Amino acid sequence: MSRIKDLQKNLFGGTTSNARQFGMIFTLVAIVVLFQILTDGLTLRSDNLIALFNQNSYILILAIGMLMVIVAGHIDLSVGSIAAFTGILVAKSMAEWSLPWPVAILFGLAIGAIIGAWQGFWVAYIGVPAFIVTLAGMLLFRGGNQFIGNANTIAVPEGFRVIGSGFLPEVGPDTGYNNLTLLLGLAACVAVVWREFQARKTRREMDADPAPMWISVLRMAVMVGVIVFASLRFASGRVGTSFPVSGIILVALVLAYSFYTRNTAAGRHIYAVGGNSRAAELSGVKLKRVNFFVMMNMAVLASLAGMIFVARSAASGPQDGNGWELDAIAAVFIGGAAVSGGIGTISGSIVGGLVMAVLNNGLQLLGVGTDRVQIIKGLVLLLAVALDVYNKKQGKFSIIGSLTRSFRRDTPTPPTAPPDAERETARTAVPS
Amino acid sequence: MSDLPVLLEMRSITKEFPGVKALADVNLVVRAGEIHAIVGENGAGKSTLMKVLSGVYPYGSYDGQIIYQGAETRFSDIRASENAGIVIIHQELALIPGMSIAENIFLGNEPRKRGAIDWKAANRMALDLMARVGLREDPDTLVKDIGVGKQQLVEIAKAFAKDVKLLILDEPTAALNEADSQHLLDLLRGFRSRGITSIMISHKLNEIEAIADQITIIRDGRTVETLNVKADGVDEDRIVRGMVGRELHSRFPDHTPKIGEVFFEVRNWNVRHPISAERQVCKNESFTVRRGEIVGFAGLMGAGRTELAMSVFGRSYGVYESGTIIKDGKEIVLKSVADAIAHGLAYVSEDRKAIGLNLLDDIKTSTVAAKLSKISRHGVLDEVAEYKAAESYRRELRTKAPTVDEGVSKLSGGNQQKVVLAKWMFTDPDLLILDEPTRGIDVGAKYEIYGIIQRLADQGKGVVVISSELPELIGLCDRIYTVFEGTITGEIARQDADPETLMKQMTSTKKMQTR
Ligand SMILES: Nc1ncnc2c1ncn2[C@@H]1O[C@H](COP(=O)(O)OP(=O)(O)OP(=O)(O)O)[C@@H](O)[C@H]1O
Ligand SMILES: [Mg+2]
Repeated sequence: MSRIKDLQKNLFGGTTSNARQFGMIFTLVAIVVLFQILTDGLTLRSDNLIALFNQNSYILILAIGMLMVIVAGHIDLSVGSIAAFTGILVAKSMAEWSLPWPVAILFGLAIGAIIGAWQGFWVAYIGVPAFIVTLAGMLLFRGGNQFIGNANTIAVPEGFRVIGSGFLPEVGPDTGYNNLTLLLGLAACVAVVWREFQARKTRREMDADPAPMWISVLRMAVMVGVIVFASLRFASGRVGTSFPVSGIILVALVLAYSFYTRNTAAGRHIYAVGGNSRAAELSGVKLKRVNFFVMMNMAVLASLAGMIFVARSAASGPQDGNGWELDAIAAVFIGGAAVSGGIGTISGSIVGGLVMAVLNNGLQLLGVGTDRVQIIKGLVLLLAVALDVYNKKQGKFSIIGSLTRSFRRDTPTPPTAPPDAERETARTAVPS
Repeated sequence: MSDLPVLLEMRSITKEFPGVKALADVNLVVRAGEIHAIVGENGAGKSTLMKVLSGVYPYGSYDGQIIYQGAETRFSDIRASENAGIVIIHQELALIPGMSIAENIFLGNEPRKRGAIDWKAANRMALDLMARVGLREDPDTLVKDIGVGKQQLVEIAKAFAKDVKLLILDEPTAALNEADSQHLLDLLRGFRSRGITSIMISHKLNEIEAIADQITIIRDGRTVETLNVKADGVDEDRIVRGMVGRELHSRFPDHTPKIGEVFFEVRNWNVRHPISAERQVCKNESFTVRRGEIVGFAGLMGAGRTELAMSVFGRSYGVYESGTIIKDGKEIVLKSVADAIAHGLAYVSEDRKAIGLNLLDDIKTSTVAAKLSKISRHGVLDEVAEYKAAESYRRELRTKAPTVDEGVSKLSGGNQQKVVLAKWMFTDPDLLILDEPTRGIDVGAKYEIYGIIQRLADQGKGVVVISSELPELIGLCDRIYTVFEGTITGEIARQDADPETLMKQMTSTKKMQTR
């Protein structure tokens, strides 16, 4: 009985555990397993997994930026248009001005920064609500895309396509697997174990009892199991495919931004501003700078997402990025962020995004039409957040809360942490 | 008094929050037509008890029985208790600033004629209700344009719009000045003579002594005793003894100031109102602070003391016009709060919920929020250092919370104040400005906070205390400035300070005070 209690406490509540992340993986796994059964094993086939990552990495990248925007108490509706605008300019720069593709990528990021500075200026320094600024941006940059591209599509060269449809190359001895992918998986496993022990050490230094050893072991076993399974799948796909480059970009961004939001003073300032901007200001937080930064950062990430998308589809078109803002916002809210700001995590948003992605993918595999997929996704978003709100009101166990709440400080994430998206955990979600 | 019929009986009420037993077997008997005071230290469970009574915590979320007008009641929400005539005015006012007085009074309870709101009737009824609480204003005035005292009256008028039998006031005078408090107390006396029963929570024991018929004392979630003021001959010391469980000989710790040289000086400070630029909020104000000195600022509410403090604290209020700040013999320019903190200033705001704390944070995060650089290297936070710092302040200030992981929104008012104090002590300030540091704080905790202030002064820091309680300023400060309408009107040394002198200086310009 005490073991069950331990498990409950560590998985679903209590203040002495760092196992929320475990709960997060658990929910996602449940959905994956459901579709795995429903689709007769199609969901977890190598090619499907790879496609799933390829098709969603740009939305997940947007979700990272969107999380920070929403935590700071804003919203960004312009990300799809910014992505399209950058996409067409970058495509044009390569096709007509023959910029080499690496330079074109830098050029694209610079466009994002300039757009971000433009929007950040209005939001932070003039005080126009972000909803309005980015609604304007949505029209502005969508129009810009079509103006510059004459509403045509522009193809991009081979080299550029790597960031959207490239894979880890084959190197080393022929093992029947993609060696680099396996190596990546191994590194992730080591990092998981290392971090678990770090977390236990931190808790002891805080004079708190770490979770019982067997829980730690169980947690590590499950995480390592998932990682091993995933790396084998990614490594054993069709020859020439493996872990996608866009996935690597995503993982790197998730790690970096998780660290930034959780473990740095600047990251904490974003939460402070979203939680109570006046109190933050009176604590010495530079309000304008924080607001400017989150808007600018979002635009840069949107540009990156746009370029990855263009690279994947090999051309930039007038309809690129339509509706992306909504997918990104949905991911963030399913991931447990608060509409009023101040609450939310990168990892939660990524899980939220993955839940939507798996749902999308699974339904398509089942042959459900896009009309019904949209209906189902809409209902899932509404129900997930409603259930969370309801549970918080009742003061009971909250599913999304359990995914994203707490232990922000129990489990410090080192900068060199492993590439599992579910690592980073959340600040306590306090209903006010 | 005790021959009056019982109106309300709460029997062995127990209420638990995750990890905290806020109430354990509390009993309360309130008789019809009396004023019943509930007192106790911060976090004793007073507000929680009243929330149980008024259905904020519905039946089923607590144990025990509520017997009201002879029958057991089980309120499912606030509506249900209001329908039974129980109206609570919470510690934090619940008015909508952008709406008029009349709109606020009838919010959710609007008089209707054929489906539409009948504004004529509403205004007429509002005037009538406002007269009953002695509020002379145009019912169309926006609530944000009237002072806190009048806002409090609007709350009470709102209660009367609902046919109240039992009025519950949670620290109604905490934010009021002397005159407004007196008015409110007179009002309660008037209600009593008309048979309306009131329950009042307050930390101002002199008011309790003056007005209450019975006093129930709660300590650590348990009823200690119920005193009958007339029969038991209760005085303040008697109440304090019940609250803290021991004799408290003095309200102020003994202290011999060690005052050094002047190290902080503000000269000819002029600031304008942030919106209406023609209004000058600080008019040529100058003051000095010495090391080890506790300097008080006395003034009526609205005299501009908070505005002075905040404008000095990195221009966080109003539009700076002119004036200089000199610290340690050098002129400093503080253009932002970050500048002010970097120069060793700290400002503990008067409204801890609205601007002092991020209520989403836990104690740990709040404690370090104003100086993250102290627990970080190259911008990367050290969680263990954060925990240790927060924990040491929790111990030093004796903040009542299970751990520093507790959310600040769950703390009682007094303990929130301690967290805010910790937050600013953590910045190692040279000059600590405290704006109403003991508002809503119990006697025991006040004593502790005075002790903390004195210790900080003894470490060579300068402390500025803004307070509306004259006894507090007189008991604590080495020197007191009086402020009236944005002008410093006097400077009084400790030995000359008495309420009459201060009062005279605080109201000493020809113009009449309007608020
Ligand atoms: N929503 C909540 N969740 C958890 N604990 C709570 C909650 N509300 C109150 N508490 C705890 O219950 C105890 C009683 O709090 P309560 O607000 O009733 O105190 P109080 O007597 O009104 O204090 P004060 O004089 O400071 O207003 C405190 O320890 C507080 O931390
Ligand atoms: Mg209270």
